[in-house]
Amino acid sequence: MSDAEVKNLEALFEARIARDEKIEPKDWMPEKYRKTHIRQISQHAHSEIVGMLPEGNWITRAPSLRRKAALLAKVQDEAGHGLYLYAACETLGISREELYEQLHSGKAKYSSIFNYPTLTWADMGAIGWLVDGAAIINQVPLCNTSFGPYARAMVRVCKEESFHQRQGYEIMLTLCNGTEEQKAMAQDALNRWWWPSLMMFGPTDAESTHTEQSMKWKLKRKTNDELRQQFVDQTAPQADILGITIPDPELKFNEDTGHYDFGPIDWDEFWQVVKGHGPCNKERLEARVNAWEGGAWVRDAAMAYAEKQEHKKVAKAS
Amino acid sequence: MKNNWPLWEVFVRSKNGLEHRHFGSLHAADAEMALENARDVYTRRSEGVSIWVVESKHITASNPSENGEMFEPAQDKVYRHPTFYNLPDEVKHM
Repeated sequence: MSDAEVKNLEALFEARIARDEKIEPKDWMPEKYRKTHIRQISQHAHSEIVGMLPEGNWITRAPSLRRKAALLAKVQDEAGHGLYLYAACETLGISREELYEQLHSGKAKYSSIFNYPTLTWADMGAIGWLVDGAAIINQVPLCNTSFGPYARAMVRVCKEESFHQRQGYEIMLTLCNGTEEQKAMAQDALNRWWWPSLMMFGPTDAESTHTEQSMKWKLKRKTNDELRQQFVDQTAPQADILGITIPDPELKFNEDTGHYDFGPIDWDEFWQVVKGHGPCNKERLEARVNAWEGGAWVRDAAMAYAEKQEHKKVAKAS
Repeated sequence: MKNNWPLWEVFVRSKNGLEHRHFGSLHAADAEMALENARDVYTRRSEGVSIWVVESKHITASNPSENGEMFEPAQDKVYRHPTFYNLPDEVKHM
């Protein structure tokens, strides 16, 4: 294809997206569109899968059967969400093995929030309330993104996610209505998860390198800062209901703007964790790699069994 | 041994009376495992009463770059639609 032909195809492609037409896997697409989507969808899938680890930590120690069943269901949902997203990503012509390889080698990223430890049961509450709350705000606009398989996966994910946030908030509410120690535990969890949750929306608009292109492709509908503000506005009153304090002395409702003002984010910490120096980066990746490598014999055995059964069927038929 | 599990497409009937619809895909070693995984991945909240799985390699798909030859001929066959035919107003329901 000549450069002029590619330019022409690109123009037609951009026009389709501008008209709100969806792009499906076998349609022609610019290489950059394919690569950007592989990067973003896989990063999203990896986040779901790695995100199972901090919560998996508490399944056996959940304080009641009700809490345990809910937490199990939530972690199982996250596995499911990872699978929807991996499947969507594979339609772009990359294999599951390559995707895992990128995660395991550190080439692909996942959400930094999962590199923080879950120290107490209250962390299950704070994660559901804050981390899933932030995730929902990030994810809802993606239900309308331009790449069909990604949009369809996100519709399913969003539908399932709202229980995650509610179960987290209920845990917080129970602790806040409990003993002094329980309430202190909830406050401590909020203290530790608040700032990392704000960082989940990514760098400020001024620092964000992908925003403009992503807006055009409808991978983004609002900027990082707009989404972060939406999260703060939505969450601050919920903390008031719990009767615990968001760890930001500058947090204050601004009558003029109708939004909450909040203090500066420690971006050095954010970049440290992104670059692999968070409290649990090593542990999380090790857990993933061990699960994949330790499970290899099971995958091989299942395949060998399937092949043997297939041969038997063929032998019987002939 | 380095054998990757093949890809399967999953179709789910959400309730009797409705058709099976494509829900997504997954990897599994064989058809039985594909069905079990499909149950766990796509029907955790009672989304279905029946599941079909088919190995993706068995699906033959049309090519979007040939959509012109494939689908455009239907566009100029307006006589396939009821509104093409002129009837007097007295004929009320037809």
